[in-house]
Amino acid sequence: MDNILSIVTFIPAIAAGILALFLHGEDAAAQRNAKWVALVATTVTFLVSIGIYTGFDPSNTGFQMVEEGEWLLGLKYKMGVDGISVLFVLLTTFIMPLTILASWQVTDRVKEYMIAFLMLETLMLGVFMALDLVLFYLFFEAGLIPMFLIIGIWGGKDRIYASFKFFLYTFLGSVLMLVAMVTMYSDAGTTDIEALMNHQFSSEGFSVLGIYIVGGLQTLMFLAFFASFAVKMPMWPVHTWLPDAHVQAPTAGSVVLAAILLKMGGYGFLRFSLPMFPVGSAVMTDVVLWMSAIAVVYTSLVALVQEDMKKLIAYSSVAHMGFVTMGIFAANQQGIDGAIFQMLSHGFISAALFLCVGVIYDRMHTRDIEAYGGLVIRMPAYALVFMLFTMANVGLPGTSGFIGEFLTLMGAFQVNTWVTAVAATGVIFSAGYALWLYRRVVFGDLIKESLKAITDMSSRERLIFAPLIVMTILLGVYPSLVTDVIGNSTAALISNYDTALAAAEAATQTAASH
Amino acid sequence: METTILFAPLVGALLCGFGWRFIGEKAAMWTATGLLFLACLLSWIVFLTFDGQTQQIEIMRWIESGSLSTSWAIRLDRLTAIMLIVVTTVSALVHLYSFGYMDHDPQWREGESYKPRFFAYLSFFTFAMLMLVTADNLVQMFFGWEGVGVASYLLIGFYYRKPSANAAAMKAFIVNRVGDFGFALGIFALFFLTDSINFSDIFASASTLSETQLSFLWGEWTAIEVICVLLFIGAMGKSAQLILHTWLPDAMEGPTPVSALIHAATMVTAGVFLVCRMSPLMEFAPGATGFITFLGASTAFFAATVGLVQTDIKRVIAYSTCSQLGYMFVAAGVGMYSAAMFHLLTHAFFKALLFLGAGSVIHAMHHEQEMTEYGGLRKKIPYTFWAMLIGTLAITGVGIPLTTFGFAGFLSKDAIIESAFAGGTGYAFWMLVIAAVFTSFYSWRLIFLTFFGEPRGDKHTHDHAHESPMSMLVPLGVLSLGAVFSGMIWYNNFFGYADKVGKFYGIPVAEAGAQAEVDAAHGTTEAAQADTSHAEPAAEDTHAPADGNVEAPAPGGDHHYVFAGQPGEGALYMAPDNHVLDDAHAAPKWVKVSPFVAMVLGFIVAYWFYIVNTSLPARLAANQRPLYLFLLNKWYFDEIYDAIFVKPTVALGRFLWKRGDGGTIDGFLNGVAMGVVPFFTRLAGKAQTGYIFTYAFWMVLGIAALITWMSIGGGAN
Repeated sequence: MDNILSIVTFIPAIAAGILALFLHGEDAAAQRNAKWVALVATTVTFLVSIGIYTGFDPSNTGFQMVEEGEWLLGLKYKMGVDGISVLFVLLTTFIMPLTILASWQVTDRVKEYMIAFLMLETLMLGVFMALDLVLFYLFFEAGLIPMFLIIGIWGGKDRIYASFKFFLYTFLGSVLMLVAMVTMYSDAGTTDIEALMNHQFSSEGFSVLGIYIVGGLQTLMFLAFFASFAVKMPMWPVHTWLPDAHVQAPTAGSVVLAAILLKMGGYGFLRFSLPMFPVGSAVMTDVVLWMSAIAVVYTSLVALVQEDMKKLIAYSSVAHMGFVTMGIFAANQQGIDGAIFQMLSHGFISAALFLCVGVIYDRMHTRDIEAYGGLVIRMPAYALVFMLFTMANVGLPGTSGFIGEFLTLMGAFQVNTWVTAVAATGVIFSAGYALWLYRRVVFGDLIKESLKAITDMSSRERLIFAPLIVMTILLGVYPSLVTDVIGNSTAALISNYDTALAAAEAATQTAASH
Repeated sequence: METTILFAPLVGALLCGFGWRFIGEKAAMWTATGLLFLACLLSWIVFLTFDGQTQQIEIMRWIESGSLSTSWAIRLDRLTAIMLIVVTTVSALVHLYSFGYMDHDPQWREGESYKPRFFAYLSFFTFAMLMLVTADNLVQMFFGWEGVGVASYLLIGFYYRKPSANAAAMKAFIVNRVGDFGFALGIFALFFLTDSINFSDIFASASTLSETQLSFLWGEWTAIEVICVLLFIGAMGKSAQLILHTWLPDAMEGPTPVSALIHAATMVTAGVFLVCRMSPLMEFAPGATGFITFLGASTAFFAATVGLVQTDIKRVIAYSTCSQLGYMFVAAGVGMYSAAMFHLLTHAFFKALLFLGAGSVIHAMHHEQEMTEYGGLRKKIPYTFWAMLIGTLAITGVGIPLTTFGFAGFLSKDAIIESAFAGGTGYAFWMLVIAAVFTSFYSWRLIFLTFFGEPRGDKHTHDHAHESPMSMLVPLGVLSLGAVFSGMIWYNNFFGYADKVGKFYGIPVAEAGAQAEVDAAHGTTEAAQADTSHAEPAAEDTHAPADGNVEAPAPGGDHHYVFAGQPGEGALYMAPDNHVLDDAHAAPKWVKVSPFVAMVLGFIVAYWFYIVNTSLPARLAANQRPLYLFLLNKWYFDEIYDAIFVKPTVALGRFLWKRGDGGTIDGFLNGVAMGVVPFFTRLAGKAQTGYIFTYAFWMVLGIAALITWMSIGGGAN
């Protein structure tokens, strides 16, 4: 299969098209058909995507399975994966069938709902595979639309506010990125990402409006991309859209948002910022490291006092993403390996945690922590699953959550011990908010009348959690499954980064000596 | 065989925890217990046949990233072997004991199945603990370290209906995490400097680290001091040393077998094990070990003072544990790692015995834990009484002074006190001696209040007090044997002359004469002069020097052999200039007798207070009310921490949420948005049908426009 990447990317879109064209009516049968079409399509996508994993050669640090072709308006269609992107593709295809299963109880506009999710999958996959700037931008921005719709239509009572906040934040960030992209094209004369990674953008400092900019063009472009990726991550202090979006989104929407969409920022840093603007990245490293450390502490503290389960987990997500940016900008093997690992692991763990909230939300229709207590008595299986993911969330060794946190901190320590020490307090706070949540929801005596008849997880719900449990423990015990795949690409990325920095350094010194 | 020991408890935990629905409760519990007895048997075989040579058994790859390479692996050396028998023996006995203790637990309702869960947790704990002690690198150790933390959390909060149990469980986990924070930073620093976190590599670079400067936080430090202090912070959390000790007394919320296994015999000693395991580093870090000695001595004293006035039987023993752990840290801090391990071993036996004995009392008294409600139980539960008495004789250190004949605690505690005198400061020595007085007092107080005098409290409960079943008495019996004999059996291996200790741990030893050359090679000034006149190293009774009243004996002296290993050779490392072992043997007589005097003094006061003149304690408490309250409230640590850590943290969280996120960030952005949004809505006014799709439509249109502009604009450039 020469074009396996395109096949994987567009299976969901085709399924969405079939739903849109051929499925009519709102009756139960139509609803069931819509669900099954979506489930089969996402499952097939996952199965085919395993071919990407098996066909991938980890020793090759370049792009693989590349497809190139002409496209409309003279633009180029180019797809490919390398060690950095390939596992995000798999994460996406892995999570999507689970989100469809988690949406089995949706009754409102089922067809449209499934179309939105299927389109979303295609667009997210495109982001991780696109090797052309315009194509990337298209997938990156268009991916907002289905998510925007999912929150706006199937969300909670403040869904309009939340979806607007989500949209404004992410879209305003993107505008700056677009400007940078235009500049890149005019500077390098190509939109091919591979070519751009080899292009050296000027890093000579200059003054704008009397302010001297170290790193010059590279720093400016770094900042423009940063505006977009930092919002997507989200990094402190532009994170406030996330809790609102999560709270209003339906369970499956939260799962996709946390598990996959949040990874696009981190992926963007690794695909664009570090390789293309090494000097700009180096100039901004300290700022980003400190933003990461502050994010970890700040959002962990805020998570501690939340009263809404989803908000708490959303803030915890921001804290975990703080480890990711810290690892990326430590710019060494452990840091970046750890950051990628943390993103993948967070994909499973946060998905599971939002699903955990979904399980009891479906039964009680409230996310107030106050409304629960003593669930372990009626729901032992649920208590076990929730405990496992709570522990994974606090980074218990043996779960995947540990490896990412550990490696990113280890990477950061080699660069800045203050940042590491501040961020490492996150392991204390995370234990605080996660166990406090667990205690209030699951432990205690079951005294609330409303909970007396609550039922334990159904077999469908158990089926959703099973693969997530397997992945969380498997990656925690045998992380080589990931590090073997990403290791060489990370090493190449770092060596290119260091070479570019050294070259820029040498150039500055030559310039100074003249 | 080692792999079987390691994984048998895990298999037991899984079979018991998940399989009981299929094979039934009883069968599940026996499966877990049986597998533990198997692990225990194999551990003893390993311990007794171990030849002192370090072995590494690799199981599987683990974290690999660049130059970081770690595996799941077993490191088998003497330290591991000691811990294997301690952990599996106590755990197997506690499993057995739990059959009786957990039967008909009044905390649970009719039809609720809790026993398989309890056994699964116990087995899981044992697995994690074994992972900790068999680790060949620091990350695997950290895995076990946090794994036992989780098991402890689950077991402290076992009675999940009780708010106090839930709070105690959380507290234990979070306070331990503070320690783990330091531990993790220590691991990072080691990796940063040595590019490895495997023990052999770390140990090999120990002397280099002592000459390396590390810029850490606000200053430049000697690398090895920073690393050792950071690792010790981890140990402080796990071993409940002062500052991070507050979780241990609360952990008594867990069922009593848990207290015996986790919070007395095994998990809490992990910190001591860590310091001993890291002896090749510690030997190069005089600052860090000085701190360890100081903190250990302070903890020993502090916890003993609090233990004096507690009335809950389990809390008394909990503070006693905290205090005894302080002893072990002093030993490790002054460089007598083998004495620390000696006390760890004997303490595991007698403290598990005391806890299980207390459990037996509690079981007999229908889960009443206040000693004020006991009294006169000697006749009602005689076997328990004898077991507790043996435990008390062991912990208070009863034996014949100046010989090696006595209960387990007599030998190991005296070894520590002598080491503290020889290698530590006067502070450490006196703190430990005073703590020994207190230890004796509160231990006898416990015995007198519980088993002697008139029955107090509920008459009905006393009438129905009954001896425990065999499943509980057998473990008490086995542990009693350990509490009596373990000190005498292993004295020479842990605290004998250097050749004995060296052989036991696999540390190379050299003739003392050769040592002079080694010292000369190291350029040390205090080259030991072999004194061949005190010739009988093997004879146990002659190791007190004739010139016993010399205040500070010269280093060296009456020994033939000295340690001559390199860091990483053997299970422990003692630097060539570490003479504490010999100096301790050469300590003056009054030092060697002082623990005995302390023990007798404590006993006499306790006897006087609780047997002769029973109104005295109450009057004393009334007279010295501020002091009494200070001790009763554990020096107000909980209150202070609540005021300076817990409350401000929550308040800060609330402030950041409402003011930071809500006020500043959203306020700012909403300000912007309020300017922008209405503009767009007006623009879209005509197209706006109040329907969400419109927005999506505008987004698509916007993107399309931007891309067109870009491709055309870019192409024209």
